[in-house]
Amino acid sequence: MLSTLHHPPRRLSRFFPANNKPRHFHTKPVLSSSQPVTDQSPSSTSPPESQILSIRHSLLSREVTATQLAETYLSRLKLAEPQLKSFIHVSNNVLKEAQSIDDKIKRNENVGPLAGVLVGVKDNICTVDMPSTAGSRVLENYRPPFDATAVKKVKEFDGIVVGKTNLDEFGMGSTTESSSFQVTANPWDISRVPGGSSGGSAAAVSARQCVVSLGSDTGGSVRQPASFCGVVGLKPTYGRVSRYGLIAYASSLDVIGCFGSSVADTGILLSAISGHDRLDATSSKQVRVLQISVSQEVPDFTSQLISAALLESKPLKGLKVGVIRETLENGVDSGVKSTVLGAVSHLEELGCTLSEVSLPSFSLGLPAYYILASSESSSNLSRYDGVRYGNQAAAEDLNALYGDSRAKGFGSEVKMRILMGTYALSAGYYDAYYKRAQQVRTLIQKSFKTALDENDILISPAAPSAAYKIGEKKNDPLAMYSGDIMTVNVNLAGLPALVLPCGFVEGGPIGLPVGLQMIGAAFDEGKLLKVGHIFEQTLQGCRFVPPLIADGIPQ
Amino acid sequence: MASFLFRTIQSHSFLLCPTTLLRRNNGAFYCSMKSTHTQTATQEKQQPPPKIKSSPQGNQAKTRTLDRISKEYEAIIGIETHVQLSTLTKAFCTCPYNYGAQPNTSVCPICMGLPGALPVVNSKVVEFAVKLGLALNCKLSFNSKFDRKQYFYPDLPKGYQISQFDIPIATGGYLDVDLPVEYGGGHRRFGITRVHMEEDAGKLLHADDGVSYALQVDLNRAGVPLLEIVSEPDMRTGLEAAEYAAELQRLVRYLGVSNGNMQEGSLRCDVNVSIRPVGQSKFGTKVEIKNLNSFSSINRAIDFEIARQALLYSQGKADQIVQETRLWEEGSQKTVTMRKKEGLADYRYFPEPDLPEVILNKEYVDSIQSSLPELPEMKRRRYEEMGLSMQDVLFLANDINVARFFDATIGKGADVKLAANWIMGDIAAHMKNEKLTINEIKLSAAELAELIASIKGATISGKIGKEILFELMAKGGTVNGIIKEKDLVQIVDPSEIEKMVDKVFSENPKQLEQYRGGKTKLQGFFAGQVMKISKGKANPGLLNKILLEKLNAKS
Repeated sequence: MLSTLHHPPRRLSRFFPANNKPRHFHTKPVLSSSQPVTDQSPSSTSPPESQILSIRHSLLSREVTATQLAETYLSRLKLAEPQLKSFIHVSNNVLKEAQSIDDKIKRNENVGPLAGVLVGVKDNICTVDMPSTAGSRVLENYRPPFDATAVKKVKEFDGIVVGKTNLDEFGMGSTTESSSFQVTANPWDISRVPGGSSGGSAAAVSARQCVVSLGSDTGGSVRQPASFCGVVGLKPTYGRVSRYGLIAYASSLDVIGCFGSSVADTGILLSAISGHDRLDATSSKQVRVLQISVSQEVPDFTSQLISAALLESKPLKGLKVGVIRETLENGVDSGVKSTVLGAVSHLEELGCTLSEVSLPSFSLGLPAYYILASSESSSNLSRYDGVRYGNQAAAEDLNALYGDSRAKGFGSEVKMRILMGTYALSAGYYDAYYKRAQQVRTLIQKSFKTALDENDILISPAAPSAAYKIGEKKNDPLAMYSGDIMTVNVNLAGLPALVLPCGFVEGGPIGLPVGLQMIGAAFDEGKLLKVGHIFEQTLQGCRFVPPLIADGIPQ
Repeated sequence: MASFLFRTIQSHSFLLCPTTLLRRNNGAFYCSMKSTHTQTATQEKQQPPPKIKSSPQGNQAKTRTLDRISKEYEAIIGIETHVQLSTLTKAFCTCPYNYGAQPNTSVCPICMGLPGALPVVNSKVVEFAVKLGLALNCKLSFNSKFDRKQYFYPDLPKGYQISQFDIPIATGGYLDVDLPVEYGGGHRRFGITRVHMEEDAGKLLHADDGVSYALQVDLNRAGVPLLEIVSEPDMRTGLEAAEYAAELQRLVRYLGVSNGNMQEGSLRCDVNVSIRPVGQSKFGTKVEIKNLNSFSSINRAIDFEIARQALLYSQGKADQIVQETRLWEEGSQKTVTMRKKEGLADYRYFPEPDLPEVILNKEYVDSIQSSLPELPEMKRRRYEEMGLSMQDVLFLANDINVARFFDATIGKGADVKLAANWIMGDIAAHMKNEKLTINEIKLSAAELAELIASIKGATISGKIGKEILFELMAKGGTVNGIIKEKDLVQIVDPSEIEKMVDKVFSENPKQLEQYRGGKTKLQGFFAGQVMKISKGKANPGLLNKILLEKLNAKS
């Protein structure tokens, strides 16, 4: 399986026409002043290609070395970093690891499918040789004694972890502004937020500071920043990827997800990190589509992907797509709405049968999510007491030690959620809040099940708006929370969802990207990737490369 | 890793009252251990090593007081028992647990509660819980779950204990107990409310050099599996409570789920005691007693507490009996206030999201049911039916190894009563003198059966049998080997005995004359002489018969 990834990608090269050098840039997109903007000058666009496959091709054909590639990325990373602040920590070992891959290639040894691929890792995912702070003061300088399973797999496949990306503290936020260390900017407009909580991972891929990145998604933390930054973001089925080593926010909702600049890259990264893990009792033994045959091989997600070259008319003929009515009603930015409707027409052109579906419990998702996530987080964050690790306050008695360590260690958003969760779980309130939220969760699961029995995939916007200004919603938590309306239901149902850029709205120097969310049945990532790939390869007139790069950071 | 393994909570040297370090509001498991430490130390200075008062008068006086109390008041006693399971690894990680190991040498990211670590259930814990649940005649929950019990304490690494709350794995059973004969005997059936699985906490170590005080945490025990067994409030006296605990210890040892060792803390009992005037239906105020390290301390602590409460009642001070936790002090043979309840603790239980539900199926339960060994109660009833006295029954069934030895002995065809006598007599005495267990002595059950058969079959005399027994216990070997080696076969040939009698007569003419002159008690002298010549091998019955005939024969 995917032996195609080992050798020059013969079969896949048909699907992903691999230029010898990855092309990252294009001419500045022409942006009409009217919104939405989906029509760009055709001459400036070509479909996104898999950087992972072209890197592999370049390395194996000895056109470039992993070291040269790493140097290119590192210099771009460093140039963009003062403006973006995507990374909390950059690895010191990147060149050394690249060198060892070059050595292997020189010795004609097999290299893993992620050889030479620079991977950004969200800082709430544990890495043994780097700090892992979850964006919190309470874990400042904390270095875990183990790698998260997902990181371990990336390394086993010869991927290079380039650094730890910024996030909202413990993943709690939708802007990356609640990081204890820095605020990350959106590469499309540095006065805007990259989204969150995986804002650092999304911005880093968008600005090509790394090839792909790992994020985590509890209520939309991969999908919303993917939408804001114009990259592909995948939230896998709950249980598809091991959570071992993911610093917990809300255990029943948390999943590790992937970012890439193409659907293919996102799928390849997912293949690398997915699978049952005996260290995570909630990781699924179900394989379906994902079949890992030989240890060094990746499950064959990419075989699901059909090349643009093969695209005839109506390649998605017969695919039933449900448009979730509630996601295009009030409260959705009109530009976003018309961009998504444009994507709907595109899917229709590809042969899909579209229908409108209603999820009556949709609006209940947001309050249920905030009750459940806060409740679990109030418990998960109890361990940060200053006793064993992390910052410990000097105190004269035990209660003061706890109180001061936590008061100084946690930021205000985290404290707010701990308080909400503690309240919801308290005696006398449990039934009214936590238990009712669980009942809502069951309703949501059922309504998704019904909708997905009738449709192959469901679609909606990834967020009600495009990226907004830094500071805009900082003092209005409810406004920020309501931005999660499109994504939280998917977490409550545990389903996989793919977000990919589908157009632009006005804003920033050249427009702001808008993401389309595709939701699939549990463990049906393969279908989402296939549809997403066809959509991406056939989308006319859009190139999702931010001006930060287009404006001339050297290749 | 070491840097956070041995972290301590250091208080300042000027701190006058270090105990405040441990004061807390939510009141969960442990008291201020520092203060107990101090109290015990001072008591030891004030008085000679603590002695258990056991003078007969003291006992009689105490018994009289208790008799009087029991006429006026009824005590209601319930017990919560924590049994540490003897699984190879901890409940949720693969660390082994060895009692007495160096602090923090048996820990890993999971049992230390490091960020990102996840629990995975040790299936042996569920198996042992099902075993004990069945043995306690409980109804099993085929669909139970784990919950988080939340409170802050330095020995609790995650800030919550993984336990079971509203759906324990077993409920509604009972335990049959036979009270000791010397206390009047009798059979009791005590109800079992529930059995649930949970993890143990770590231990606090106190480093006090007189200048500064440090509290250190040893997490070796953190995550070790426990079963909590809650009884119905069915006990009425300290003796009944102690016998209930002893039966529980017997049961877990028979089942092989725990070593049940109270000194190591593998079996810990917390007792709830209240009293009410006889005839009153309303329960009195309940007091919890902790620090009960032996069955006799359970017995004495409860009787003390009943007397204390009765005294308050009789003085019209019943309102001074408050809901509190009291500590049994072995030194002063008293219970003392440890902490008063400051309102109900709110543990904010909610389902553990990191662990799937615990699902049992009938096949699994049936296979465990059919593999259960004969339990103490069944054994006692069987021994009773064999015709053994209750004293014998209780002795033999008390220790599973003794019971196994006895069963093996009678399995080889040995006479039941004789086997019981040998085991309870010389063998028990030998074990006691040499401080050996029955598995450590060199005598095998088969040889004991052989010995009993040899005596019964008159191959050897009882006296010789005893000698052989001691040789077998000390050195091992076989009955027949020793008989042959030492030429110990009993002489049953009458002519041979006659010869010996004649020899003795000829050697002691004076005594013979005296006998025949009427001094008939000299018969014993002659018998002894013959026995001496035969080296103890003459069959005593035959010898006496022949001797008497010859003595009385007029020569």
